[in-house]
Amino acid sequence: MMNKVVRVLLCFAFFGVSLANAEQYPSKVITIIVPYSAGGPTDTVARLVGKAMSGPLKTQMIIENVEGAGGTIAGTKAAGSAPDGYTLFLHHIGMSTAPALYRKLPFDPQKDFEPIGLIGDVPMTLVARKDFPAKDMKELIAYVKANKDKVNLANAGLGAASHLCGMLFMSALQTEFTTIPYKGTGPAMNDLLGGQVDFMCDQTTNTTSHIKAGKVKVYGVTTRKRVASLPDVPTLQESGLPGFEVAVWNGLYAPKNTPKAVIDTLAKALQQALTDPSLIQRFAELGTDVATKDRATPEALRAQLKSETEKWGPIIKKAGVYAD
Amino acid sequence: MDLLSNLGLGLATAVTPENLLYCLAGVFLGTLIGVLPGLGPTATIAMLLPVTFTLPPVSALIMLAGIYYGSQYGGSTTSILVNVPGEAASVVTTLDGYQMARQGRAGVALATSAISSFFAGTVATCLLALFAPPLAELALKFGPSEYFSLMVLGLLASVVLAQGSLLHAVGMVVLGLLLGLIGTDVNSGVRRFTFDVPQLADGIGFVVVAMGMFGLAEIIRNLGCEDCRSVEVPKITSLMPTREDWKRMVPSILRGTTIGSLLGILPGSGSILGAFAAYSIEKKISKHGAGFGKGMIEGVAAPESANNAGAQTSFIPMLTLGIPSNPVMALMVGAMIIQGISPGPSVMTDQPALFWGIIASMWIGNLFLIILNLPMIGMWVRIATVPYHHLFPTILVFCGIGVFSLKNTEFDIFFMAIFGLLGYLFTKLDCEPAPMLLAFILGPLMEEYLRRAMLLSRGDWTVFFTRPISATLLSLGLLAIIAASLPALVRKRDEAFRKD
Repeated sequence: MMNKVVRVLLCFAFFGVSLANAEQYPSKVITIIVPYSAGGPTDTVARLVGKAMSGPLKTQMIIENVEGAGGTIAGTKAAGSAPDGYTLFLHHIGMSTAPALYRKLPFDPQKDFEPIGLIGDVPMTLVARKDFPAKDMKELIAYVKANKDKVNLANAGLGAASHLCGMLFMSALQTEFTTIPYKGTGPAMNDLLGGQVDFMCDQTTNTTSHIKAGKVKVYGVTTRKRVASLPDVPTLQESGLPGFEVAVWNGLYAPKNTPKAVIDTLAKALQQALTDPSLIQRFAELGTDVATKDRATPEALRAQLKSETEKWGPIIKKAGVYAD
Repeated sequence: MDLLSNLGLGLATAVTPENLLYCLAGVFLGTLIGVLPGLGPTATIAMLLPVTFTLPPVSALIMLAGIYYGSQYGGSTTSILVNVPGEAASVVTTLDGYQMARQGRAGVALATSAISSFFAGTVATCLLALFAPPLAELALKFGPSEYFSLMVLGLLASVVLAQGSLLHAVGMVVLGLLLGLIGTDVNSGVRRFTFDVPQLADGIGFVVVAMGMFGLAEIIRNLGCEDCRSVEVPKITSLMPTREDWKRMVPSILRGTTIGSLLGILPGSGSILGAFAAYSIEKKISKHGAGFGKGMIEGVAAPESANNAGAQTSFIPMLTLGIPSNPVMALMVGAMIIQGISPGPSVMTDQPALFWGIIASMWIGNLFLIILNLPMIGMWVRIATVPYHHLFPTILVFCGIGVFSLKNTEFDIFFMAIFGLLGYLFTKLDCEPAPMLLAFILGPLMEEYLRRAMLLSRGDWTVFFTRPISATLLSLGLLAIIAASLPALVRKRDEAFRKD
């Protein structure tokens, strides 16, 4: 009898503890897995967001850089992590292109993760070497079409944002020209500055300082609206490429089956973090648009991931590009 | 005049008590992680990145820069004492440095390395202050074909690195090239030799191979033979170089500094190539070239000055163009971005205090390093007196931590163990690992540049000969082959005559 009471009591005590734990989320340090190396653009976004979210969550957020294979190693690791809200995953547009680029992708970006919210978008710019003959976008299109055997388009490697933008550019112009892949933006920009290649489409994060210093020519931005940090640069849509829109968007995810209460707490913290003045200022300096409150939600990220996956899949398949 | 006022501004920024402290903290930390086998500057800077959030930008960058060149300084310590190169650039230092230590001249080797590094650091800092923008422009002249030709030259030189049989050296070079092929192909995304192991998708890490082939293999070898375990500590003759040593190392330092500074500017693997090139050239030029690999002081002085000079000049593309020339510089760029500075050509004009402050702090940091390191030599040398059964597990643990910290994957530790066994096998077969390692570094780069050059020229092979810089480099390579084979030809002819 006594034994039974003790057991019941123990059971309650155990339940009580676990309930208290759930109420207290987060009670320990949260890790954000980032699929790229420390110091890169995605890592910078993660560190800024992690710092801003640690205030409202009242816990520390640390960044774990898991590099390799275009972010798929990190994705596999994150998808297999415990769904307790202590391991999160931050990834950019690559989350929507991985299913088309990797035939043997060990995880399903849409099914194996619970979206938390969008973080922001980085606009891209079409830039060319300093002495490229075309004066504006119209001339560039004409020149590229007339000299498609001669021009060289650089990109930062398979699946990189600059690669996606280049593919979209070719499909918009309905032409094909030689693309020169590099291992990362640094070497690609180096060769563009040195005039070894003709043009490239890359994130404002990487191009703005070179544009402002007059080391590269800029032809347009890839967003629907002009970019605040480059007010004189027309959009590609203005220059006669209707529907041309690419931005590198970043999203925050948790492994599948993470409790809804935890996801809600995280989404709320994310929304609050995105109103942090120092984060807004840093994002502005990076040329990144902070996601509005209604986009920093699980629903918005889910919808974005779905529509982007559907947008890029066919373009990548048509180009016959694989990363594995 | 402009330069003087700029340097004045830089010094004023760098010698504030706060920045002096961060500089000292940086170089001290750098030396420490350099000395711990395996832990490298990339991992340390990545770990410290969050700390820099709270510092003012100049202090943060001064400290990070200090960690970087401090670790180049400290990295040679383990190469010399226990044959574990912590990073690519100190692989060459193991060749003669470790041999010197085995002969009881560890103190001299360490002092030589410190002095060479200090001199090279000073010269390279001056170069940086005087000519950073034009040097960066020069580096931009290097397109894919120029890089390819440079790599070919480097690979030809690697055969010179070998001491024993030429056939063994060529075999090891080929093996290195093959190992370098593992990973994802840049152009098509096809995975080569990865056997569906995702951790191999980006190839095998250099540090993994280097620590396995050198550090672990040496431990196995030492455990395998009672005599090499240096239980009777080699008598430490003297800690400081003698007059004779000075006379031999000064020209080597001068040559090493020149080569290292020039190659360091090139993005990619400039500072690695610098150390290898300096060693190979020294071996050809020096009077004691034949004894290289058996503990020649020139074999320490030349690569050590080259790698430190390269470490300083590799800041040039980063500071003037915002283009990172190696992973450490990429982290520095990241630190700048976090600090709200957009790296690029505008840093020099918009943030003169930052630009010149970093340059001035480099020289101060080098001064700190030599003050810090010379008195410590006596302490380091005593490591050799630690009983081997205590020493080797410590080395193993640190190698493990270091390798793990690179990518946060235990997979790399297993791979290091495999390369340790391979390395042991190769020492038994009299095959030297150094040429293999150079080929392993250069192979993937060569392929990348070759294919990029071919894409740009639409498959026209003549680009390598029609572009002047590329043509010059290839002719140098040809000269090197002729120079290397001439003595052999002469000898053969002599033998032929003798037979008559």
